[in-house]
Amino acid sequence: MSKTVARSKSTSKVKAKAPSASESPWTQARRRFFAGRQGPWGLRMLGFVLLFVIVGPFFAPYDRFSIPNPSEFVFLGRPPSAEHIFGETAQLQLDVFMLTVNGGRGSLLIGFISAIGGIAIGTFVGIISGYFGGKLDGFLMRLVDVFLAIPSLFVIIVGARIISELGGTGLMTVIIVFVAFGWMGTARLVRGQVLGLREMEFIEAARALGVSPVRIALRHVLPNAIGPVVVSFPFAVGGAIIGEAFISYLGFGVSPLTPTWGNMLSNSQQFFLQGNWWWVGFPGLFIVLTALSVNMVGDALRESLEPEGRRA
Amino acid sequence: MSKATTPLLSVRDLAISFRTHRGIVRVVDGVSFDLAAGECLAIVGESGCGKTVSAMAIVSLLSRKQAIIEGSVKFKGRELVGLSEDQLRPIRGGGIGVIFQEPLSALNPVTTIGEQIAEVIVAHRKLSWKEAHKLAVGYLEQVEISQPEQRAKQYPHQLSGGMRQRAMIAMALSGEPSMIIADEPTTALDVTIQAQVLDLLRRTTTERGAALLLITHDLGVVAETADRIAVMYAGQIVETGKAASVLRAPASPYTRDLITSIPSFAARGKKLNTITGMVPSPDAFPAGCRFAPRCRYAIDACTTAVPPLEPLKDGRLVRCIRTKEVLDGTAAGKRPAATTKKGAAR
Repeated sequence: MSKTVARSKSTSKVKAKAPSASESPWTQARRRFFAGRQGPWGLRMLGFVLLFVIVGPFFAPYDRFSIPNPSEFVFLGRPPSAEHIFGETAQLQLDVFMLTVNGGRGSLLIGFISAIGGIAIGTFVGIISGYFGGKLDGFLMRLVDVFLAIPSLFVIIVGARIISELGGTGLMTVIIVFVAFGWMGTARLVRGQVLGLREMEFIEAARALGVSPVRIALRHVLPNAIGPVVVSFPFAVGGAIIGEAFISYLGFGVSPLTPTWGNMLSNSQQFFLQGNWWWVGFPGLFIVLTALSVNMVGDALRESLEPEGRRA
Repeated sequence: MSKATTPLLSVRDLAISFRTHRGIVRVVDGVSFDLAAGECLAIVGESGCGKTVSAMAIVSLLSRKQAIIEGSVKFKGRELVGLSEDQLRPIRGGGIGVIFQEPLSALNPVTTIGEQIAEVIVAHRKLSWKEAHKLAVGYLEQVEISQPEQRAKQYPHQLSGGMRQRAMIAMALSGEPSMIIADEPTTALDVTIQAQVLDLLRRTTTERGAALLLITHDLGVVAETADRIAVMYAGQIVETGKAASVLRAPASPYTRDLITSIPSFAARGKKLNTITGMVPSPDAFPAGCRFAPRCRYAIDACTTAVPPLEPLKDGRLVRCIRTKEVLDGTAAGKRPAATTKKGAAR
């Protein structure tokens, strides 16, 4: 993601040049993206969260699993101080900053990997279904219906039990289930795009001049269908992070031994009413920040890609 | 150029039907024509008369689910009707190039012009992408696009309408086909550049001895470029022959009406002749001559049987039972003859 931030600098260079040079619709969309306010700020926020999660561990000297000295024991945990800037948890008196930094890794991994996986599978299925059509299309779309009919929460609960009995951490379970149940929307979206594109004249022109179907699918259909998929990506990331928080809150997600922002919320909830706001507050704040930033990026992407992205 | 014994393209009794929710509808019926190497044949007719469908059927570009193609299309002696997509691929672009009406929608908006030309080159010749890109620039140069290196790197939206159509022509030429189908290549263009593009199209095809099948509704286009002409009405050819003789002395009432409905400077101030009514819908073609309901020469005999395509002395074929009267009427004088004929016919 830091790459994307770096790209903003190169774009300002492009803007300075005369627009007479070769300018793809993607370049135009990128310029519109960075000309807005929402997109760049969303990226900055997301960059901050990523920086926090990646660099944070180097500034946290505390062991996540250290047992507190009984003489210093405070059941509710200590509020934020100079020593523990995010405070300490109740019970085990762990450093909340430490947990939040490490928990972010789990949450963001789940968010990005599930989104990438789900969208990759969905795009693949959608292209095949829409472009080649026929019986394969019928089969794949029924498969989508079947997957939509299965309650994913139920699968997560069963899956979590099976994996935990096999000794897994739960992170993989959540990702696998999110990917397995996260591709159908994209598949339908892409299929719809492809069905429309298939009738476009430039597809027919490519076919009329002897270009192979695989190349048409990859070079003509895919790049023209990808706009809405790109837009859906940040929303999928946000959805997965919040989804993880939700199922971890219910106690079926990632085991507490691997901290994520979601299971931190789950563990801390009973102490919130007794006055420990920092254990809930900091991971909660980061979930909100991440979800907000990816949604801002998503909205800005939609605005910059969809107005005339494919007509340009 | 020596006249080959077998024509480059030979279309015989081409019939195209579409499956619709109202049943099978025959849109094109018994169309036959030949195209010799290096020749330019224009198919002319109003919108909806089946000219585009006929041309697209040659390379089976119609939806296989909806269209039923009957008859025979022989290209270099090889039957094309019934070939699979895989068998057709080398012929499409490599043997027969196609140029579409609207260059903006016929070019991929997110791919550079050069890439799209190179793609056709790679599809038909054993060349690397690098060589193909180099060749693509050469083709852009051939279609007289200035700064071809820079243009090759640009996207369709960065070119003007005329340039896009030139790029489209370059794409069609890049497979080095021996024949090009151009479907209304100038309709979407500004009047001022229509002639340039048409001239370019004719020149580039003649230079490499390629035949040109021109689909158009613009008789001005035909007069300038075509060697021969086939006039279509309601899915049938009504008149075909040398462009000059057909345009000078049209023998079919439909061709005659088409020609007199061209606005001309000489006839300014006078009321423009129009053909009353509309092309009939394919599921409601009239019995007998399909043009009879709109024809000013129609008599009762016209509505009983479909007139056959009959040869005239000068070698052209005409589908009209009153050819003689039509030609005489033309000889007698233009509009007055037509109006009296109209009175006599009704």
